[in-house]
Amino acid sequence: MTDAIMAVPVEGRSFWGDAWARLKVNKAAMVSLYYLVFVTALCVVGSYFVPHLYTTVYPDYVRTPPSLTAYPKADMVETALGDAVKRMRVDLKSWQQEGDRVLVTVTASKKLDERNIRYLDRSDTFDDAQVESMAPDGLEMVMSAAIKQQYFLFGTDNIGRDLLSRTLMAGRISLAIGLLAGVVAVVIGVIYGATAGFIGGKTDEVMMRIVDVLYSLPFIFFVIMLVVFFGRNFVLMFLAVGAVLWLDMARIVRGQALSIRRQEYVQAAEALGVTRRGILQRHIVPNLLGVVVIYMTLLVPQVIILESFLSFLGLGVQEPMTSWGVLISAGAKNIGTANWMLMYPAFLLVSTLFALNFIGDGLRDALDPKDR
Amino acid sequence: MHSTRKTAEMAGQPILTVKDLHVGFDTLDGRVEAVKGISLHVEAGETVAIVGESGSGKSQAMMATMRLLASNGRASGHVDYRGQNLLELDRAGMDSIRGRRITMIFQEPMTSLDPLYTIGNQLIEPIRRHRKLPHADARKEALRLLELVKIPEPERRMKSYPYEMSGGQRQRVMIAMALANDPDILIADEPTTALDVTVQAQILTLLAELQRTLGMAIVFITHDLGIVRRLADRVYVMRQGEVVEEGPADALFTAPQHEYTKMLLEAEPTGRKQPPPQSAPVLLEGRDVEVTFKIGGGFLQGQPLLVRAVNHISIALKKGQTIGVVGESGSGKSTLGRALLRLLPSDGVIRFDGRDIAPLDREAMRPMRRELQLVFQDPFGSLSPRMTIGQVITEGLLVHEPSLSYAQRDARAVEALREVDLDPGMRNRYAHEFSGGQRQRIAIARAIILKPKVVVLDEPTSALDRSVQKQIVDLLRDLQAAHDLSYLFISHDLAVVRAMADYIVVMKQGTIVEEGPTEAIFERPCETYTQELMAAALDQTRFRLIA
Repeated sequence: MTDAIMAVPVEGRSFWGDAWARLKVNKAAMVSLYYLVFVTALCVVGSYFVPHLYTTVYPDYVRTPPSLTAYPKADMVETALGDAVKRMRVDLKSWQQEGDRVLVTVTASKKLDERNIRYLDRSDTFDDAQVESMAPDGLEMVMSAAIKQQYFLFGTDNIGRDLLSRTLMAGRISLAIGLLAGVVAVVIGVIYGATAGFIGGKTDEVMMRIVDVLYSLPFIFFVIMLVVFFGRNFVLMFLAVGAVLWLDMARIVRGQALSIRRQEYVQAAEALGVTRRGILQRHIVPNLLGVVVIYMTLLVPQVIILESFLSFLGLGVQEPMTSWGVLISAGAKNIGTANWMLMYPAFLLVSTLFALNFIGDGLRDALDPKDR
Repeated sequence: MHSTRKTAEMAGQPILTVKDLHVGFDTLDGRVEAVKGISLHVEAGETVAIVGESGSGKSQAMMATMRLLASNGRASGHVDYRGQNLLELDRAGMDSIRGRRITMIFQEPMTSLDPLYTIGNQLIEPIRRHRKLPHADARKEALRLLELVKIPEPERRMKSYPYEMSGGQRQRVMIAMALANDPDILIADEPTTALDVTVQAQILTLLAELQRTLGMAIVFITHDLGIVRRLADRVYVMRQGEVVEEGPADALFTAPQHEYTKMLLEAEPTGRKQPPPQSAPVLLEGRDVEVTFKIGGGFLQGQPLLVRAVNHISIALKKGQTIGVVGESGSGKSTLGRALLRLLPSDGVIRFDGRDIAPLDREAMRPMRRELQLVFQDPFGSLSPRMTIGQVITEGLLVHEPSLSYAQRDARAVEALREVDLDPGMRNRYAHEFSGGQRQRIAIARAIILKPKVVVLDEPTSALDRSVQKQIVDLLRDLQAAHDLSYLFISHDLAVVRAMADYIVVMKQGTIVEEGPTEAIFERPCETYTQELMAAALDQTRFRLIA
């Protein structure tokens, strides 16, 4: 027995190790995987590094086109200045730009108040306003203010919110819904389907007929009902989407479980006297996982699209919270005047879905036992 | 009538010459060489056998010749067919040869026929396309072919679907399809391996007859030397992608030169099992066992069809005995084995160690499972792909000795692997990393780790090569001696049964037609069915006289 203990085991290449090796040679899947990790990291971490909050409204920058250089542009300074001066109820005599500051000379018929400069500070364009000089009669005043440098890489939306931070925030929500609703669907579907498939017979019949009944409920109707009863709720979205999509999962898993149950290794386990629970745990579920993983990568895009669809209809997430679906919906309305509002969120959504589908395809090839 | 061209040809002239053929496959672990520069030739009208064990590259060499390799396969070298290099031919050129001049039949006749079309359709379509015949003529031709391959009632069979026919009949249809365009060369890749011995003999006789009348050359790929001896003119022996020996069949069988050929020829399982003493107690006994399968039925589906797979069978297995259960596929021998282990619902009395176990439920049966074990035919399907073999082997211990710690279970796995002559260091590997013979050893280790009293062996050797079969038979014998095991050995392979069993039960259509001590059955079979079985399995006469 002593030398038996010394027999050092050689590590084998497991099923998953083997699948990973296959996946690694699939270029499309690997590029997609890296891209997906990049997008996820961008959405989760990136919003802490962008200069604007996704809720901040910049009234001066409504529907500003995307640009790599800083705002404001030259013509925008004059407009913003005009707006601010109008709010002071004084007249603009002249202005000139010196470096990153502007010098403004205003006149009025009544005595000028120095506190007027706060109007400049309130503007999104200016900062650090100071009174340079005041005419002795108090009817003319020279003010100076720094021009606030703002970057809007993705442009801004209808009410002047930074689209970059909103797109990243939306990505967080969409990916979270996709993942969570996907997990909800997979967990319910695997448990239900594996149980039905493994027990078989009458139990299977009854359980699958229940699935058929649920299938016949129209999805939108179901969601509207939920919204009517429970109000608009972020968590409810997961539940609604997950509760509908587990049906597919249950059917697929049940079919797999039925075929795995007839495999000889399950019969061998039965001959060993393994309990039903043990067979389910050690044989049926591990052998199902390949199919489940593949289906999950295809389910997540489906959920993201569904969420987008619901948000598009106004049943999804609510302002100021946003998702890719909400952004695309807003972008679609402004396609003529502000096409960037559609372009960026749509690009991110589509590319993410592509990546997920490529990964799903790659996994299917990598896990397909027939290829072995 | 079709062979004017062929008869005009001088016999002994090579029509297919393979020179320095290499076949490789690109895999994740790099390029795998399946065929390493083989050369062979086929003369008009002769039968050439390519013999080798699984993995020797014999099939891949012919697939490469036909340009039918999997997408990651690469072939290089020269394949000369009547002056054309097949490896460099364009698609149209290849189409005019493949399926017309050179045709193939495969091992599995079920998957080679399209289940959605009738036999007639599948025969008529290629004839119409290749020979541009009108439908009526093509139909006549198809009928003639079915008659040629001796399918009874060909008119009616034209309208049958593949699933309505037996394996042997499907293989006959495959042969008819292969002959449809009057080929020069018929490549037969293990055409009888999936068939019962009696059917196998019929198919081989048919092939030999067809060759005599039509005059085509046959390239016969097989691992079964018994067939080669009776069918082939010349033989190539392949091993690990190389031809190790070639020559006329007679010379090769009487005076083999290469070590490997000698080993193959000696691979027939030998030895006889002595029966246990008369006084040995009966361990497992079935009386009037009956198993009925219900097909269909249920809600809105009408009356179910009842099939009686095992019909009033009584059998008694003594301690230390090996009962061989012999019969063709569908005779109910596997069903009987499973029913005796209470893995299938059955009627009748089943006694184990004097206790009636038939009425026991799942829970009550569980402690008994440890002493009643089962080894399956397919070593690929019976091991879970997600578990290391250490886990596979010790799964039974989790149930029957739950108090064991992980280290103790591991030690037992090491012990069991040693007992089946496997390196225990391999226990963290996965089943797909092992060869068929090794997997079967793992399956046996899984059964014996529980120290059972009775093991039902359900065709444990039929998926294995001959030389591996012999090793497994030896292993099973050693284990039986060491642990005083009793075997129920289910097989259709009479040579293996003869070496393993001391008592034989011959089954046909769910009933026992004959039983008795092994030697008595082999030397003096009484029933016609048994005689047929023996004749098909042990006959040495040639299917074909050398011209």
